[in-house]
Amino acid sequence: MDSVNSLIDGFGTALTPLNLLWAAVGVLLGTAIGVLPGIGPAMAVALLLPVTYGLDPTAAFIMFAGIYYGGMFGGSTTSILLNTPGESAAVIAAIEGNPMAKAGRGSQALAAAAVGHFAGGMIGTVLLVLLAPTVASLAVDIGAPDYFAIMVLAFIAVTSVLGSSRVRGFASLLIGLTLGLVGLDQMTGQQRLTFGSLQLSDGIDVVIVAVGLFAIGEALWVAAHLRRDPGPSLPVGRPWLGRDELRRTWKPWLRGPLIGFPFGAIPAGGAEIPTFLSYITEKRLSKHRKEFGKGAVEGVAGPESAASASAAGTLVSMLTLGLPTTAVAAVMLAAFQQYGIQPGPLLFEREPELVWGLIASLFIGMAMLLVLNLPLAPVWSKLLRVPRPYLYAGILFFAAVGAYAVGGQAVDVVILLVIGLLGVLMRRYGLPVLPAIIGVILGPNAEQQLRRALQISDGSVTGLVDTPFSVTVYAVIATVLLWPLLKRLLPARRGGPAPSAVADGERATSADGTGGKSEQDPAVRGD
Amino acid sequence: MRSRALLSPPAAAAVVLLVPPLITSGSGTSGGTNIPGLRFMVPNTPGGGYDITARTAAKNAEDAGLNHNIEVYNLPGAGGTVGLSRLVNERGNGKLTMSMGLGVVGAVHTNHAPSTLADATPVARLTEEPDIVVVAKNSKYKTFRQLLADWKKHPGAMPVGGGSSPGGPDHLAPMLMARAAGIRTTAVNYVPFDGGGELLASVLGGKVAFGVSGLGEYRDQIESGELRLLAVTGPKRAEGFDAPTLKESGVDVEFTNWRGMMAPPGLSEAQRDKLVRFLRELRRSEQWRTSLRTNGWEDAWLPGDKYGRFLEREDKRVNSVLKELGQ
Repeated sequence: MDSVNSLIDGFGTALTPLNLLWAAVGVLLGTAIGVLPGIGPAMAVALLLPVTYGLDPTAAFIMFAGIYYGGMFGGSTTSILLNTPGESAAVIAAIEGNPMAKAGRGSQALAAAAVGHFAGGMIGTVLLVLLAPTVASLAVDIGAPDYFAIMVLAFIAVTSVLGSSRVRGFASLLIGLTLGLVGLDQMTGQQRLTFGSLQLSDGIDVVIVAVGLFAIGEALWVAAHLRRDPGPSLPVGRPWLGRDELRRTWKPWLRGPLIGFPFGAIPAGGAEIPTFLSYITEKRLSKHRKEFGKGAVEGVAGPESAASASAAGTLVSMLTLGLPTTAVAAVMLAAFQQYGIQPGPLLFEREPELVWGLIASLFIGMAMLLVLNLPLAPVWSKLLRVPRPYLYAGILFFAAVGAYAVGGQAVDVVILLVIGLLGVLMRRYGLPVLPAIIGVILGPNAEQQLRRALQISDGSVTGLVDTPFSVTVYAVIATVLLWPLLKRLLPARRGGPAPSAVADGERATSADGTGGKSEQDPAVRGD
Repeated sequence: MRSRALLSPPAAAAVVLLVPPLITSGSGTSGGTNIPGLRFMVPNTPGGGYDITARTAAKNAEDAGLNHNIEVYNLPGAGGTVGLSRLVNERGNGKLTMSMGLGVVGAVHTNHAPSTLADATPVARLTEEPDIVVVAKNSKYKTFRQLLADWKKHPGAMPVGGGSSPGGPDHLAPMLMARAAGIRTTAVNYVPFDGGGELLASVLGGKVAFGVSGLGEYRDQIESGELRLLAVTGPKRAEGFDAPTLKESGVDVEFTNWRGMMAPPGLSEAQRDKLVRFLRELRRSEQWRTSLRTNGWEDAWLPGDKYGRFLEREDKRVNSVLKELGQ
């Protein structure tokens, strides 16, 4: 238990008054930055780099880690309350959290997110202490074919969030994939859908798409319907998580890190895909599937926990391999180099005080964030008492500022408004928004990994299935896809209930509430 | 002149320390390097190479008392060409420079950018860093010559990983290498990664036959023995590493990834000289020399017109490679 001893020494470093102060500054800054759309933790750390030049490295990194984790906490706040994701990892929080806020359960959603972040961050950091070397070597073994297999799995999973109309869901997904195509092709440098504009050649930032479709689309949609009747302001409701909600959220809180942590540690993993996979998982496992999309607390708890755990995973590869898996990690890596410290295999031996102080400060930072965010949840949710016209005017303002902050260009605001109009049209014709966002995130990733895998194998298709990992994932996919078929064939042979009977059963359970849940579960997985 | 130059940093430092900053906005400091309201534009995102160069330069210049309060701001987009277009639009503005490097030369071509580097005023080249050829520790290649022999035989079956998209430094280096070694550049199987970090995993895991990236990014992995350094692309060997240059390994090509500063077009002789003088003083400062060491950059001072001619040569070289590849 060498690492545990080192960690205790680390707490000695992190608990000095000055380092505690830096941790507090970091989490406060991070929360603020997370709340503002557009300004992400990566940009914040980069801008603070020159300022921290005079600090000793341990203090600087304790602050940076605070900003990183704080940003994850803060990102979900605006997602839930205003339907305006502050970070791309907070998109999912908007899907379930905002309907909750509208139904007067904003504080509960915020609390579920805050505790989710705390649980995810804590479990992630414990895993970081225990598993760092193992996970790091796993990160190296995963290559393009494996990523592509994961992407295929994610695409299959998308079909379960397409909504009631498959056609509309697929249309939305295609809109997202098309938006994801815009920009310079990473592999060949050819321009796609840029119409000769330099501003479009880096593609459209996911945050701009998300803010445009969610916040702008929603604000314009509401504006179009509020003309005569300004409507009552949104209800606020009671502040704390009830017993029933706790019963529903503790499992998602614990499951989130299992998905988030490994994704954070692998390159090209990031925080978006695990939040999304966690959402799908919770939807499948929940006993309240009907509530998903209308404000299911599990859909906030799980993904938020996964997001924070992925931040811990990111630190694993950065500290042990010098491998940045997210933009924040890349900037922190640059910061290490500024101090003449090389993160990598030798870091734990060369700078034990720094590393373990940093890890210990993560635990302290998480505790600070929870203490900061839990009492704030009811306060934040009072924001919804603002009369709706003002509230939505404010949303439009912050969304525009955020879009401008992403690249500092007026063009981005125009793109935001165009996507916002698209969002209005999608609402008008009943297209769900989530598949579009997922398309923007997954599309370019999947394409790049597929082409990279094929290029590495020099064009041979077998290159996609030549690793044990990818074969395993494809086997899982095949099982998932064939399950309904098997499900139908097996009982049919025995002369059991026909598929229609299963559907009837489902209808029955939804009618009589909680009864017969155990019968419903297999049917749920079957569709 | 010389003694004045040597005296100026301490003198300027004294001025900064003793005179309240408000008064200084009027006149310049003793060395004549102060340009009130000087701004550095960074054409990529915070944390990138140009960003670190600009922010380090601004900080060092302030610490050395060469200038007060240089504002650094980012205008990212299209590999630096969005920033370049803005720079070209700031005709006659002697208080703005843009940090840039080899990557922008390639980006102008791949983006079909309306403004090119020839439209801007070259101020000076500041730093350079060689690229390196690395393999994982368990790779069968022990020397660059072994690697080259196989690469010549089956270029398609030897994926080359690099940390930049086509037109960027890590793409140009293997292409120039291949051309010098007699391999068709179109046959090179270049796999772009999103930066040296993402590439690292693929090199360590043996997913690519070899990786090409900046020396600074992989220093530690080479020292710890995780990566084997086969060759450096610069004109001389890298200090502290036992690896030959490409020329020593029989491939007649030299390649470094350099960074420098550009100014808007239409500057008067005096305006440009002032910028060059400012950077020259910066380069002589103790602070800048320390920064070079901590960042692993090499000094590559090349001022004014000489830098302009260098840019033309680089542009030709980059263009010829990209043309061959059909871009």
